[in-house]
Parts: sequence; C-alpha cells; structure tokens
Amino acid sequence: MRKNLFLSGLVVALPMALAAVLILHPTRAKSEDTKASSMEVRVDNFTFGPDTLTVPVNSTVTWVNKDDVPHVITSNDGLFKSKALDTDDKYSYTFSKAGTYSYYCSIHPKMVGKVVVQ
Amino acid sequence: MAKTKLFDPNARGFIEHDHNNDGIDRRGFQKCMAWAGTGALCVMEGGVLKSHALASQMGSDMKSHKMGELTFAQISDSHMGFNKPANPDVIATLKAAVDKINALPQQPEFLLHTGDISHLSKPEEFDNVDQILKATNKEIFFVPGEHDVLNDEGAMFRERYAKNSKGQGWYSFDKNGVHFVGLVNVMNLKAGGLGTLGGDQLEWLEDDVKHLKHSTPIVVFAHIPLWTVYPEWGWGTDDSAQALSYLKKFGSVTVLNGHIHQTMQKVEGNVTFHTAFSTAFPQPAPGKAEGPGPMKVPADQLRNVLGITDVNYVQGRNALAVVDSSLA
Repeated sequence: MRKNLFLSGLVVALPMALAAVLILHPTRAKSEDTKASSMEVRVDNFTFGPDTLTVPVNSTVTWVNKDDVPHVITSNDGLFKSKALDTDDKYSYTFSKAGTYSYYCSIHPKMVGKVVVQ
Repeated sequence: MAKTKLFDPNARGFIEHDHNNDGIDRRGFQKCMAWAGTGALCVMEGGVLKSHALASQMGSDMKSHKMGELTFAQISDSHMGFNKPANPDVIATLKAAVDKINALPQQPEFLLHTGDISHLSKPEEFDNVDQILKATNKEIFFVPGEHDVLNDEGAMFRERYAKNSKGQGWYSFDKNGVHFVGLVNVMNLKAGGLGTLGGDQLEWLEDDVKHLKHSTPIVVFAHIPLWTVYPEWGWGTDDSAQALSYLKKFGSVTVLNGHIHQTMQKVEGNVTFHTAFSTAFPQPAPGKAEGPGPMKVPADQLRNVLGITDVNYVQGRNALAVVDSSLA
C-alpha cells in the first residue's frame, strides 16, 4: 500500500518524487535492515511526519526533531512526555498495548499526531 | 483627532501608532505590519491606522517628540543559546539591543522582557542574558515564553525572574500612575489549542483591576499575542477575550507581546495591541512560509529585522505611543 502510494506520487509529480527518493533513500535502506527504524516520526517544519503512524504492539516509536527550535512530545492523556528535544535530539516510547495514542507538542500545541497500535 | 509623531533618528525603519480614545468606531480595524528596513510607518489619522512610506513622513515632524511622563522599553525573544543559521550569534545581537536602549534619547525608566529569554531553559542561557542586560542598569520585569519553562513547569523562571508573582508567574505593579500587568500564557497548553491563561489567572486578573479607576492607563504584557494573529501557527491565546473583557471599562489599554518575532499592531476600541521584534532571529509573516520557524535572511540584513520597542506615556493623552526601532 505504501509502495503504491509512492509509485503514484512518481507519476503525478516527478520532480517532487525525485526529491523524495533522495531524501527517503537512507531511511528505506535502513528499514530493510531493522524493523524498528521505520517506526520513526520526523518532527520537521512544525509537523509530525507521518501525523498518524500505525505500528504493531510492543513497537518502539522514535521521534527525531529536525527543526531549528525545540519540541516536546507529549501524550494527550499524560502517558508519556519527552524532555525538550533540541535539533536532532530523539525520544522513544514503547507501546505495549493496542489502542490509539494521541500526542502533541506541549509548547506548540497546534502540532498534533497519533500512534495507532494494533 | 490629534496626530503625534515620534521619531528615532537612529532607526532605519520604525513603525509608530498613536491614537486618542475619541469614540471613533474602529471595529473595522486595520492591521499594520512593517518590517524595519522596508520603511513603513503606521500612524493613526482620523481614527484609522494608515501605512505610509517612510520617506514621505520624515522631516517636518521630527521635532515633535514629546517628553513623556513615563518611558519604558520592551525587548523580547532573546533566545539565548540559539546558534542556528538564522542567527549564529544571539549574544552579539542582544548586546546591540542593549546599546540601542542605552542610546535612546529619552532614557526608559525600566524594561519589560516579553519572554523567550532563553532558547532551552538552561541556567547558563539565563546567566548570559542577565549578564548582558546588566549593562542597561535598569530594573527589568519579565514574563516567560514557552522556551523558558521547558522542563520544570517554570520553576527556574519564577525563582530567577518572578519571585513575588502569583500562580505560575503572573503579577502587577504601578509606575507613574500606569498599571502594569504581566501575564503567563505559555503553560498547560492543550493539544490543538493556542496560548492559555487559565481560570486561576483570569480570576486573579479580574480582581486585580476591579478597584482601579477607569482613567488608569493599563499596560498588559505577555509572551504569546493576546489577539489572534494567525491561529494556524498558534499565534493567539484561546482565552484572551475573557481577559480583555475585564479591561473594557478602561480608557486606555496597551497590550505588548512577543513570540512572533516581528512587529505588528492592531487597534480595537480602547485597546492597542502590539508585538515586538526579537533580538535573536526573525520569523516569517503569517502564512508566508510553510511553517513559523526561524527565517534566515542575508547576514547584512539581519539587524534590520531585529530590534527593540520603546513606549511613551504622556498624562492626559489616552494612548501610549509605541515605537519600534531596528538594530540596524
């Protein structure tokens, strides 16, 4: 499914897709090695990418801050909260139960995301 | 309708506004924004905020700078510790802001800092700012930005800058007949929301201003704008309307904010809203970039988009004159 979306992106917007290939390539290469590395949320330009991430139970999700300003990953119900993440800092949390976990950046609360654990 | 012009001859760019509470309906307010360096000027004329090219306004009005009964300056968003391409040397630009303050022809009696003193709430960042601001030799009143309360719910901020404050750091004081209120709108932010004052603070505010005469000029300062500048980027405060409702009875209310790293102002009824320059780095105009992050400008233009604000109150005039000066 993900691949199909990626391919259709190639057809629709070739220059963008080329850029995406360049950016995504290292991540894609890694994801073939270990499952965990694909469970990453990039915090970039005041957004979470992807804003909804679906993972199996017992997955560890890692947020990495690619912005020039700090962000604080905070679950809506208080289950988890990172320290302030400076540029390139990472925060990980392991989801041991199925469910939908909503989170946001507690200093930029317009930034919201979800982890769906199945 | 009186028209006053204030002018800082050292500023390459500035904006100004000044209005009397003369009963003119300003509900159809205009928003005026100026980048220092582009030389825009905003001035109240006949109750309408207008924007002019700077060149056409210079000259004849330069001498009309009135001696005020209270002058203070605002600085904001020092972001000590920030070292990214948008400004690798925030120490130098904060020092330039101090130089600018010290060179003001009418010396401010005190300073307001509207938050984001530090970039990462680190003690050494606060120490650096304190050390640099000492050179102003002035009393300074602080409110926190979200960068100042990152890991401890603001405990370190209050210990250093707001020891006698209430709740999470709010307080008020009086100077020369003007009532100042420092508010905190960067804590307990809710997912998907904007800045928040919260019930306890609102209750305190209502009580704090209840017994003041209607003629008392009010200055409210807080980090995140208390008017909705651009909610898509979180540039506003969810419960600011409630706070402003307690201030309706006053003839003159001036609201000073930071956070958005650019000057912007709006006049609505008795309330003048104003945001200040950062001393560290600029941010894009609302919606003019994909996100609100630090904006890199050519190095030789950086000081055109950083700056300070000075505010002048003359008794008998309803509005306070708010003047922005770039660091250039």
